Amino acid sequence: MWELIQANKRKSLFLFFIMGICLLVLGFFIGGAYAGEDGGFIGLFIAFGIWILMSMLSYFKGESIILMMSKAKKISYNVHPKLFNVVEEMKLAANLPTMPDIYIIPEEAPNAFAVGKKPENCAIAVTAGLLERLNRDELQGVIAHEMSHILNRDVLFMTFSGVLLGSIVFLSHAFLRSMWYGGGRNRFKSKSSKGSGQIQMILIVAAIVMAILAPLMARLLYFAISRKREYLADASAVRLTRYPEGLASALEKISLSSFEMKTASKATAALYIANPLKPKGVRLSNISSTHPPMDERIKILRKISHGANFIDYQNAFTSVKGKQNIIPTSGIRDKKKINIRTSNIANSTSSQVKSTIKSTRDLGDLMRAVNDYMFLACTCGLKIKLPPNFKKDKFNCPRCGRENHVPIAELAAISGMIAGNEKADEIKMKSKTANNTFMYNRIGKRWETFSCPCGSPKQLSPAFNKPSFVCNKCGRRIEIK
Amino acid sequence: MFVLLIAIAIFVVIVFSLVGMYNSLIRLRNQVKNAWSQIDVQLKRRHDLIPNLVETAKGYMKHEQDTLKGITEARSKAMGAGSVGDKAKAEGELNGAMSKFFLVVENYPDLKANTNFLAVQEELTSTENKIAFARQSYNDQVLFFNNKIQMFPSNVIAGMYNFKENEFFEIENEVERAVPKVDFS
Repeated sequence: MWELIQANKRKSLFLFFIMGICLLVLGFFIGGAYAGEDGGFIGLFIAFGIWILMSMLSYFKGESIILMMSKAKKISYNVHPKLFNVVEEMKLAANLPTMPDIYIIPEEAPNAFAVGKKPENCAIAVTAGLLERLNRDELQGVIAHEMSHILNRDVLFMTFSGVLLGSIVFLSHAFLRSMWYGGGRNRFKSKSSKGSGQIQMILIVAAIVMAILAPLMARLLYFAISRKREYLADASAVRLTRYPEGLASALEKISLSSFEMKTASKATAALYIANPLKPKGVRLSNISSTHPPMDERIKILRKISHGANFIDYQNAFTSVKGKQNIIPTSGIRDKKKINIRTSNIANSTSSQVKSTIKSTRDLGDLMRAVNDYMFLACTCGLKIKLPPNFKKDKFNCPRCGRENHVPIAELAAISGMIAGNEKADEIKMKSKTANNTFMYNRIGKRWETFSCPCGSPKQLSPAFNKPSFVCNKCGRRIEIK
Repeated sequence: MFVLLIAIAIFVVIVFSLVGMYNSLIRLRNQVKNAWSQIDVQLKRRHDLIPNLVETAKGYMKHEQDTLKGITEARSKAMGAGSVGDKAKAEGELNGAMSKFFLVVENYPDLKANTNFLAVQEELTSTENKIAFARQSYNDQVLFFNNKIQMFPSNVIAGMYNFKENEFFEIENEVERAVPKVDFS
């Protein structure tokens, strides 16, 4: 896998290089069209400048921009332990030096993406819909796919080639538009001598042709890189999980969903595990797509039967798509047989089938947890969800009518973020003056769970024998009897 | 003069590549070590989780005290095991006891609905997976390391500084190969 990264890098660099040349040639012709031969080099420099500027921006700020655009929220272990565990499992399998940051996107469409320039510093984001639909094996497949993108440095290359594509599209759009509205025409004519006028005409025609062709070509190249990398990430995911069926059925579930991602755009589409934008109308071919067709990916994964190494993926690929190298030769050289494992999920499916009502409710709860809602359990058993901007300090349970107190400290922590909120200040004051110790009577020497008055759950282990400890949420001292 | 310059250049290149090879060998060896320690970390984590599981289950499984005792005993045996052989055997027994326990759990719907139990169960499932993946990763790292040691030209350096091939972590014990199925969610 590790030599594979090298081979991969070289190939991508080549494609990247061609795209770069595309941009520079385009810049040269556009410059020439405006200001004659000398203008060509000015245009070239301007194009180069735009490229460098956008690359710098995406290198230093790209990740945070993408995460912000997708409305992803960084979550802690408590919000979704299973997701954290699965990511850690894959981290171990991939021998990643540090744990990636984990984000949840509060959307119903099942999808996922990864950002990160290098394995030491990366993030994985999944949608709430994905977590709700997939079982453990499938989730593992998806996370392994995302982790492979990071390992193979796909994110880095996709960002940079995306920037290149963006620059090319931007330049040619701007040029064609200015031609269309005739903004530049006077300037062309004002050039005096006839000889240079002729050259200029040629340059203008060349620039128009380039402005039409370059974005098309760059797009095709970009899509080609993107598709190849998806296959490669699938192959690496199989090698990491040793379980092709997990990813296959995850992809199947994702492709069956009819939701469209609201937060995805053309610029970020290539990062996701499945194309987040549903095609409008009929596509002529898959040449103009960032992702290989889903059914093909699934078919290849299901064809793998002998082992989980790269060569097995290549064989399956050949049998589905015909002779074509998808894995660099250095990856195929490793002929070691790697066994496919069996499913980790027990066969007792009876308890596994969730009712639709329950799964919809879980999905809602997950989204609320991501969005800082607070969960309170009334004595009657009803689970009450308080929005982050809830301001009263008590309310009546809608089912049994009991009066419930809102844990003040936590609410203050949440609403304190809303600036200039008088009520928040008042609540904060209250929480400060409130009695700062809390007593808890231990039942015996065993595992016990209770909640601190601020609402955060506390667990005592059988081995815990200190007389008191401090709540990490509200700072209250809790005494144990 | 010119010849001398070329000779110096060649010498410098050779020295640099030797240093590079040595460093990459060291890096690979450290990765192997790290992967090995990950296995230990996860095995230990499983030992730490078992008391929680037993405590949670105790209240519900009044009639299964033998099963619970079996797990506790297997755990303390596994923790006390010294040699690698003993360890593998004890872990195998622990796995057996755990599979038995999770079969019995099926009869206790109340326990299966308990949030505490579900949390411990999730942790255990994940720990089992982590053990498996840590092993897998260890074997991968050993493979790279051994390849590097055997292949020219890094084998010269490896011979000079006495880098030894590492053994793969293969599981002979059939019982241990069968990881208990924990997930009933």
